[in-house]
Amino acid sequence: MGCRACPGAPLFAKGPPQMNMQISRLVLGRLGVALVTLLIVSFVVFAATQMLPGDVVQILLGQAATPDAVAALREAMHLNDPAILRYGRWLLGLAQGELGNSYANDMPVADLIGGRLANTLMLAAVTAAVAVPLALTLGITTAMYRGSVYDRIITMGIVAVISVPEFMIATLAVLTFAVWLKWLPALSFANEVTSLTEMLRVFAMPVITLCCVISAQMIRMTRAAVIDALKMPYVEMALLKGASRRRLVMRHALPNAIGPIVNAVALSLSYLLGGVIIVETIFNYPGIAKLMVDAVATRDLPLIQTCAMIFCLGYLLLITLADIIAILSNPKLRK
Amino acid sequence: MAPMFSKGFLPSPRRFGYHMNAVGLCAAAVVCFWAVVAVVGPMLSPYPPGEIVDFDYYGPMSSTLWMGSDYLGRDIFSRILMGARYTVGISLAAVCLACFSGVVLGMTAAVVGGWLDTGLSRLLDALNSIPSKLFGLVMVAAIGSSIPVLIVLLGVIYTPGAFRFARALAVNINTMDYVTVARARGERTGYLITQEILPNITGPVLADLGLRFVFIVLLLSGLSFLGLGVQPPNADWGSLVRENIGGLPFGAPAVLMPCLAIASLTISVNLLIDNLPVKIRDRSE
Repeated sequence: MGCRACPGAPLFAKGPPQMNMQISRLVLGRLGVALVTLLIVSFVVFAATQMLPGDVVQILLGQAATPDAVAALREAMHLNDPAILRYGRWLLGLAQGELGNSYANDMPVADLIGGRLANTLMLAAVTAAVAVPLALTLGITTAMYRGSVYDRIITMGIVAVISVPEFMIATLAVLTFAVWLKWLPALSFANEVTSLTEMLRVFAMPVITLCCVISAQMIRMTRAAVIDALKMPYVEMALLKGASRRRLVMRHALPNAIGPIVNAVALSLSYLLGGVIIVETIFNYPGIAKLMVDAVATRDLPLIQTCAMIFCLGYLLLITLADIIAILSNPKLRK
Repeated sequence: MAPMFSKGFLPSPRRFGYHMNAVGLCAAAVVCFWAVVAVVGPMLSPYPPGEIVDFDYYGPMSSTLWMGSDYLGRDIFSRILMGARYTVGISLAAVCLACFSGVVLGMTAAVVGGWLDTGLSRLLDALNSIPSKLFGLVMVAAIGSSIPVLIVLLGVIYTPGAFRFARALAVNINTMDYVTVARARGERTGYLITQEILPNITGPVLADLGLRFVFIVLLLSGLSFLGLGVQPPNADWGSLVRENIGGLPFGAPAVLMPCLAIASLTISVNLLIDNLPVKIRDRSE
């Protein structure tokens, strides 16, 4: 993109090799920050789950908790070691994929999570495939017709959606599509899928809800990015030249707003993580978030720890990706 | 074509006194209404919130039960009035905690600078990169759920955001000449923070407090909806939705009404902040 009109570009005209080094230094720095953050997060998760009042061993043994049995199990589970040692061992296990056994049914956590994770990723992928094109179209068109009735209606809708809880959107979706229109079943189970239409019916309601949640953010940020690009002097120049509004946005503003827009998409996708917890619970979707909420109810620590780390990892990946895209797309750093 | 570009560029006419548009006034009225309900609500309720008054469960709206009955036949209207106290009260306490600690830390970081600033920013950014709902889930799983725990937990979760906001504002003020002068005079850090920085960021910080209040209401309702927030026999609006979710397939008002209560509160706080007089909102500019 040969954008010569970028303000500040001459300031950085040092030559390509240094430029690339600067970019890679920034990106590497960002990755380093992400790694440190992940470490702090893992520490917080570990510390939080250690604060559990009551003895894990007592809970595990239940009726059979004789003093001897308790002492033996404590020894076997290395619970007498200092916390920092246990933290190190846990972290090492995580890194090697040894996730431990679930307290509730003594199955390996990895087995419990495997299929569930695939279900959740599938839900997330379907949602992203629907929400991203929709949100981009709405975001760009509202920026194009800024101030029009269309823009105002969409903007009002966004304020409404982002200021209500996710479960309310889910509730309204059920009321609309299952109770009043009777198009879809109120509750659906992904393990009963046999045909394509079945699958559509199962996915429809969770996807509609999640789409509302993440599109609202995405539309808002896309709209802001395009509006920022439209304020640039070169867009004004194009306007004076007599370019149509369509050409103005598509040809002049949009290419320079791609970076912020992709950044916005990655950031909004991170809202999926919050939404998915509620949506899987309300629709009984057999995903990892439902697994985690159930684990919280039974206080199944290894399961909670692993699920929490998976969620944090996903979230960190998305926000780091968003930051790196922002760095890469910064015209001041481009040669 | 022209209005597209002229909008937002013209300086708005200078106003005297506090003016608010109709939307802002309506929003303010709704917020005040819920504030009053949170204080005196239980006195206004037609039935005791815990008493079973209807033989039918998930009853429809009627002249005696204004918003129908819940899954046990209790009066939903009375329960919403009671729930306002928990939703508004807990969220308000939590948001005050979050903003107080965030603003104090943020101003200190900006004024002191150096390693304190770097360390605090790094640490709180790391905390910020745990999704809020997940943080809530893990902590509630670990320490259980009670009202004081919820207040502190929600406060801690939203401190990093308040910190970042206050620090960004304070850093700007910190470069002003009058702060340099005060520093040259030999004033202490405490004086700089309370006398020079704080008065200049109060407006935006209050607006931020309002927005953060909305986030906290949403998170609290979400946690309660998952059964991890306010515990029975007490119920906030999120718990009311959870209790009555079984009525959803019949479209019972018992599910809808608590939802509407949450929406009316959060949307009007958002609209109120959006339509605040510019003088209050952006005083630092």
